[in-house]
Amino acid sequence: MNIKHSKLEAINLDAYYGDFHALKSINIAMEEKAVTAFIGPSGCGKSTFLRTFNRMNDYIDGFRIEGQILLDGRDIYTDDVRVDELRKEVGMVFQKPNPFPKTIYENVVYGLRIQGIKDKKILQETCEKSLQQAALWNEVKDKLDKSALALSGGQQQRLCIARALAIQPSVILMDEPASALDPISTAKIEDLIYELKKDYTIVIVTHNMQQAGRVSDHTAFFYMGELVEYAKTKTMFTSPKDTRTQNYITGRFG
Amino acid sequence: MPHIDVELERLREKLLEMWDLVEHQLTSGREAVMNADHELSQRIIKLERKVNSFDLKIDRMCENFFALFTPVAVDLRTVLAILKINTNLERIGDTAEGMARFACKLDRPFDPELVELTNVMVMYDEALVMFNECRTAFKSEDPKLAKQIIKRDKALNKIYRKSDVVIGKYLQNNPDRIPEGLALLSIIKKLERVGDQVTNMAEEIIFYREAKVVKHRKKKKKKE
Ligand SMILES: Nc1ncnc2c1ncn2[C@@H]1O[C@H](COP(=O)(O)OP(=O)(O)O)[C@@H](O)[C@H]1O
Ligand SMILES: [Mg+2]
Repeated sequence: MNIKHSKLEAINLDAYYGDFHALKSINIAMEEKAVTAFIGPSGCGKSTFLRTFNRMNDYIDGFRIEGQILLDGRDIYTDDVRVDELRKEVGMVFQKPNPFPKTIYENVVYGLRIQGIKDKKILQETCEKSLQQAALWNEVKDKLDKSALALSGGQQQRLCIARALAIQPSVILMDEPASALDPISTAKIEDLIYELKKDYTIVIVTHNMQQAGRVSDHTAFFYMGELVEYAKTKTMFTSPKDTRTQNYITGRFG
Repeated sequence: MPHIDVELERLREKLLEMWDLVEHQLTSGREAVMNADHELSQRIIKLERKVNSFDLKIDRMCENFFALFTPVAVDLRTVLAILKINTNLERIGDTAEGMARFACKLDRPFDPELVELTNVMVMYDEALVMFNECRTAFKSEDPKLAKQIIKRDKALNKIYRKSDVVIGKYLQNNPDRIPEGLALLSIIKKLERVGDQVTNMAEEIIFYREAKVVKHRKKKKKKE
């Protein structure tokens, strides 16, 4: 597949949890300002792989990688890379919405406060812009000082997206961001992803095949720690090359 | 069997039923044309309604299948192929009906000399063979056979291309038989259409079977 501008790249990547070989020589390049979906059965390594892009796995005892992960062509695992700087570039949204037990406003500006930004104007402007981008502004603009926990699940997830956007990353990683949401909230998240890819590079893990079809430009199918097939989503869902891919996406696995 | 396969099998069965019905129309059409059999022609014409209701039924089944199963990959290609084959079968049914209507107008069988000169019966038989083999290719999911069918269409086209000259000459010598000659020319034209429609169906079979490039299997073979 032809990648015009590779934003993220894995080169001969192996990952281990202790003795367990979780990812096996993965090679992949992901297009800038496009949506790449990771699909595959549970336990195939999607989350592990996704978390290598913001070094979230670093926290796990016994976890190690071999090979390289490049962001804008730069290896993010070299000693001179500061993880807090990396996280500013690469935001993440999780499966379960996880707002802090604080006001909506404080949730959005949380990352900025950590960075030491105190200027009220900057904080307010960023808050509004991020909520706008996350398509949540109209619903919450009158209750920014109310607890984030009072929002619905779908709103909480968009709030988490706004929180990720507030630190102005260029990449957003999403690990099953809609799997805990109802269809309407899911559709809103999908519309949002579609909007966001104009400005961001998005990588999304999903168990929902139709969702991968609807939101992504490219799809990567993983199986038992291997990248089996990587193609344009259209191609993947009409004429996959590998029987394992075909069996998985048509629901005939095992 | 997975639920989706049960539904796909039902669809395939329905299409094969329709295939049989249209085959019956086409085969009877040959007899009706050969013998100027008005009664048989009427029966073929009546069957058209039944074919139409099959067409609608299969369309609806496909629509439901899309809505309920959101098929992808080979499943998607199968249903797309079934939809298109369905349309082509319905048109072949129309064509058979059209030929039967010509047979109805004949007050006696075609002049055997004209039949011999035009090769119309050779053409008809070839069309029937193509039609039947296409059914086999669909039933046994055999793209190789489908490719052979497409090649056979050349024979029909050849006869078709010669037919106007042959019939023109015949009519010069037999000016009292103009309606008969024109009717035969129309039938030949219709048979040529049948060849095209069967070719379309064969192409659909190749599409839905062969876009499935089974890379994984190939790899295994290399290792052996
Ligand atoms: N913290 C961990 N320690 C040990 N093994 C883990 C850990 N996290 C994940 N794994 C294992 O790594 C494999 C891949 O897991 P994961 O990346 O979560 O898969 P996926 O997201 O595709 O469901 C699984 O076999 C899982 O059991
Ligand atoms: Mg996971």
